[in-house]
Amino acid sequence: MNFEALSTCVSSGSCVVTQISTALIIGMLLFMVASGLSLIFGVLGVINFAHGAFYMAGAYFAYAVYQLTSSFLLAFLGGAIGIGIVGVLFERFIMSRVYGKDVLMQLLVCYATILIFDDLVKMIAGPEYKMMGMPEVFALPPFEFAGGFIPPYYVFMVVISLSIGAGLWFVIEKTRLGKIVRALAVNPQMVGALGINTMLLYSAVFGLGSVLAGIAGALAAPTRTLTAGMGLSILIESFIVTVIGGMGSITGALVAALLIGFIRAFGAIGFPLFVDGIMFGMMALVLIFKPSGLFGREPAK
Amino acid sequence: MMKQGLRRDVIVAFLMLGIFIALPFVFTKPALRDFLIYVMAYGLLAMSLNLLVGLTGLVSFGHAAFFASGAYMFGILMQTGKFSIPVAMLATVLGTALLSLIIGAICVRLKEIYFSFITLAFQMFLHSIILTWVSLTGGDQGLRGGIPRPPFMGIDLSDNTTLYMFCVVVFILCVGLMRQIWQSPFGYTLRLIRDNPNRAIFLGVNIARMKLGIFVLASAMASVGGILLALFVSGAYPDFGFWTTSGEAIFMIMLGGTQLFFGPIIGTVLLRLLEHFVSIYTEHHGLVLGIVILVIVLGLRQGVADYVVEWLRRRKEMKMERSGKIESDSSSKVIERKAV
Repeated sequence: MNFEALSTCVSSGSCVVTQISTALIIGMLLFMVASGLSLIFGVLGVINFAHGAFYMAGAYFAYAVYQLTSSFLLAFLGGAIGIGIVGVLFERFIMSRVYGKDVLMQLLVCYATILIFDDLVKMIAGPEYKMMGMPEVFALPPFEFAGGFIPPYYVFMVVISLSIGAGLWFVIEKTRLGKIVRALAVNPQMVGALGINTMLLYSAVFGLGSVLAGIAGALAAPTRTLTAGMGLSILIESFIVTVIGGMGSITGALVAALLIGFIRAFGAIGFPLFVDGIMFGMMALVLIFKPSGLFGREPAK
Repeated sequence: MMKQGLRRDVIVAFLMLGIFIALPFVFTKPALRDFLIYVMAYGLLAMSLNLLVGLTGLVSFGHAAFFASGAYMFGILMQTGKFSIPVAMLATVLGTALLSLIIGAICVRLKEIYFSFITLAFQMFLHSIILTWVSLTGGDQGLRGGIPRPPFMGIDLSDNTTLYMFCVVVFILCVGLMRQIWQSPFGYTLRLIRDNPNRAIFLGVNIARMKLGIFVLASAMASVGGILLALFVSGAYPDFGFWTTSGEAIFMIMLGGTQLFFGPIIGTVLLRLLEHFVSIYTEHHGLVLGIVILVIVLGLRQGVADYVVEWLRRRKEMKMERSGKIESDSSSKVIERKAV
């Protein structure tokens, strides 16, 4: 515990700006991963424990494409589309076989997938840490703001994550397709009876959720060291985010992800060892007092 | 009926005792003894977790919290040098029971996946406390300096064979106790809660109290597993309470099967053996383990032991159908036995 460091930081403008920008990018990455997780759970009722592995694979896909083409746009698309395809295949061949089964079966299947993914990545890309480096497009001088510096890539990340989130919200809440998807979450038999191919929709939703994880991975690649284990911690944190924000709520995921981002960024200065404790403590509090989450629609009881 | 069951259990317990004690004399490698102690410690964790998962339908993701609390409380008590081993063990089990009473009182109010999440949250909270409270727990280095094993009542646990025997006796006592819970009217009430909670409410069962009861019992049993492991490795590490340990326990019971009393032990042995042999033959042990798990889950769609029991039952039924319908009465008995 070092609250002196925290108060010194809060009183200096440059430190605050740096920590806020860190908080924002942690929050945005979490938001992308957690909204995919939350979307899949909201519609399919399964928890994709392999979501963190998708995020990790997305980062590696982007890295591989970037090495080949040195174009960040292609790397970004490669991560997103590649993981979308992986997600659909995973849903069709593995996950759909355990729908309606014990949650333990789903957990076990996902655990097996995580093990396989981690090892495949180690075999193909090598066990050593990888650095993608900042793409040349973003090799611009950082913005100066209140004495602190913000890299342009951070601004790009925040803008693109927020616009994807807004687009997702628009599609789900305002379009006909979104209406069908929401109906699917409530009463799949009825949707099927109306002549809509529910299996196809399930795959599509799972694919979309996976694309979000792939995007998060691709966005993270220039700012993070890539390792096979990088999916694990983000998976746990996105659970916290979905529980705090409410399963199936995109707004909730955004608010909770930002909250976690700020706790992590400022906690790293004030109480680095107890950051996890605070996050899980908050999750426990939310579960005790409002089990459906801050923005959840229906009570879980 | 009850008496007969009890006699059978006692016979099985003595048989197990005999086998476990004989094993290291037949195969004298110390590696086997170490393997068995690991199996017993993790077996207690998995079996006690199955009291929640298989018996009551409460999927806890945070059971290892009590495993860790057992290891740490015991280690810290022993390091003060003021307690003998049995006293420290008793205090640890009671302390863990108290801890789980507080945590459980909050958790059992939630259902399904929310129960899983809140148990996970408490476990990780505890794990963070272990990491942060360095002066008490040693932080991420674990409880170092070794755990003393002062002799008591003429039993000296610093001798490896004696330690093994001690673990066997404690293990079998705990398994016997869990077996009694599994068979008791309380156990059948828990099955009712698992299968039809509304009916249980109509029958006047206080669901929350029953769930809390089994939560505390299972946690106390898990803490004994933690004690055995702490005694054996002479230390306690934060990993004991990390979520991966809970995950491993879940895989053990899923591999073995949740509906058979000894399923989790079978799963524990399977997972340990699998990890052992896979890591001998290949360095890509995650890949192989993952594929094996996928094949088991997607192929059998249940635990190995559950599958074998089901298969035996079906074979028996088919035989009976062939031998005529005179015995149609007894086939229902076979189904009844499946619940055991």
